[in-house]
Amino acid sequence: MDVILFLIFAVIAVVAAINVVVQTHPISSAISLVGVMGSLAILYLLLGAEFIAAAQVIVYAGAIMVLFIFVIMLLNAGAEVKKGQSTMALFLGLPLLAGLLLVMCWYLQGWFPAGTSVVFGGFQSAAANAAPLQAGGSAREVGMALFTRYLLPFEVTSILILIAIVGAIVLARKEME
Amino acid sequence: MDEFIVISLIKVLVVFAVLMTTLAYLQWVERKVIAHIQVRPGPYRVGPHGLLQPLADVIKLITKEDLVPPYVNKPLYLAAPFLAITMALLSISVIPFGPTIEVAGHKTWMQLTDLNMGVLFVLAVSSMGVYGIALAGWSSNNKYALLGGLRSSAQMISYELPLSLTIAAPLLITNTLSLRELVEKQSGGIWNWNIIHGGQIVSFIVFLIAAFAETNRVPFDLPEAENELVAGFHTEYSSMKFASFFMAEYANMITVSCMATLLFLGGWVAPWPAEYGSSLVPAVIFALAGVIALYHAANAARSRDRKTFPVFGVVFLLIAVIFLLPMVQSWLVPLFWFCAKTGGILFTFMWIRGTLPRFRYDQLMGFTWKFLFPVAVLNLLVTSFVVALVS
Repeated sequence: MDVILFLIFAVIAVVAAINVVVQTHPISSAISLVGVMGSLAILYLLLGAEFIAAAQVIVYAGAIMVLFIFVIMLLNAGAEVKKGQSTMALFLGLPLLAGLLLVMCWYLQGWFPAGTSVVFGGFQSAAANAAPLQAGGSAREVGMALFTRYLLPFEVTSILILIAIVGAIVLARKEME
Repeated sequence: MDEFIVISLIKVLVVFAVLMTTLAYLQWVERKVIAHIQVRPGPYRVGPHGLLQPLADVIKLITKEDLVPPYVNKPLYLAAPFLAITMALLSISVIPFGPTIEVAGHKTWMQLTDLNMGVLFVLAVSSMGVYGIALAGWSSNNKYALLGGLRSSAQMISYELPLSLTIAAPLLITNTLSLRELVEKQSGGIWNWNIIHGGQIVSFIVFLIAAFAETNRVPFDLPEAENELVAGFHTEYSSMKFASFFMAEYANMITVSCMATLLFLGGWVAPWPAEYGSSLVPAVIFALAGVIALYHAANAARSRDRKTFPVFGVVFLLIAVIFLLPMVQSWLVPLFWFCAKTGGILFTFMWIRGTLPRFRYDQLMGFTWKFLFPVAVLNLLVTSFVVALVS
């Protein structure tokens, strides 16, 4: 069951991701990106990381992509015309893509020794041996990890985002004047 | 496993049927409430007191011509209403309506499924609901629809912040993300509800205001402001596609009312413990309604009241008797309290629609960013300090 669900949503994620690039209209691309985010959330859920899955939908699919679509609607961006494609890209693109995929596969193969396989619901089944309520993907565990072991990166990231917000406002101000 | 599937299927059917009927009749109730606020009778022709009006509306909407304008972006235009209604109906699946119920030896929760992150699920699904409206506005290829869609997405992003922050405050107190545990921790009486116990009155009010904006209701119904945008995002939709947006709006109203009940008003918990007679309240209310109906039947003002009022009176008295039966009392009384609280909030929605004028768009945005958001942040900070000090 887990494997079937994984295959379905992995295929949806990949097809939607390709669709993001293939579509000429920005809205269609953005909708495909929402599809990618949604299927990623389900993949997280299959791995037992329920909090990450919910956060993925709320933050990426629900907030960031709505902003994307909002901006596209506001600018009323039309479909783009495909032009200036070089013949070299046509001939070299596919072999290069295949090569890149092969290199990635080779690297990944190197990282994980033969015989290791993905455990669906991995966090939870590992936690079942330990103690209840200790599931690795739950809100409690994520919160504990963020505020104890990864406190410094967490705070630094928030300051980074704050700097980005202030920078955006400064840039927007300059244009208005 | 088989038993689980059968029980789940039955529960899904029951919840779906009840939800659909409620959606249809909520609209009748709203028209009646607003009519009485404006001193007019409201729907009155179809059935007694217009009670069959929802049925007539459904027949009208189904048989209406389904028009697809030639200039729309067809795939998205067709997908948008489905998206809106699916997301609106999906979130009801985690709402618990009451404690366990026992039917023919099978014990089950009065809830479709209990996720241990139910609150996040509702947030996630409701944040996806904006796509239906935004895409409907954009794909219609109509300036009014586009303006409606734009307003709606901007409004929903902005009001989601105070909404989520006010949800976080009661969660800090109850220390759980499961909606059922949330209610169980508020059991006992009104002094244990989050609104009193945790002093969450501020976050309750902010939650309600943000919920009005999230569901595009008056005074924040800018996306479909009829006197400036024709009908806003659903201008180009007709027949069942229009009906799905309509139903989605009402389903969202029901969901946020349920959420407010669960988060702040103790869900199905009675206002005071059963040993002081709280389980008798529904029976007394229905018995009173029955006696009043019978009294008016005896002193009928119109000739037809002599026939209709005794029927209503007997029905109400029967319901009162059912509430006294011990075998159903354990789940019917909690269900009554849940429906009463949710209904009270739904009535507030209608009441405000009948009394308040619409905001201007800049006022709407300024209100959330300059007032609601700081208040929600402050409330969350104070709550977390208190929780940290107490625990």
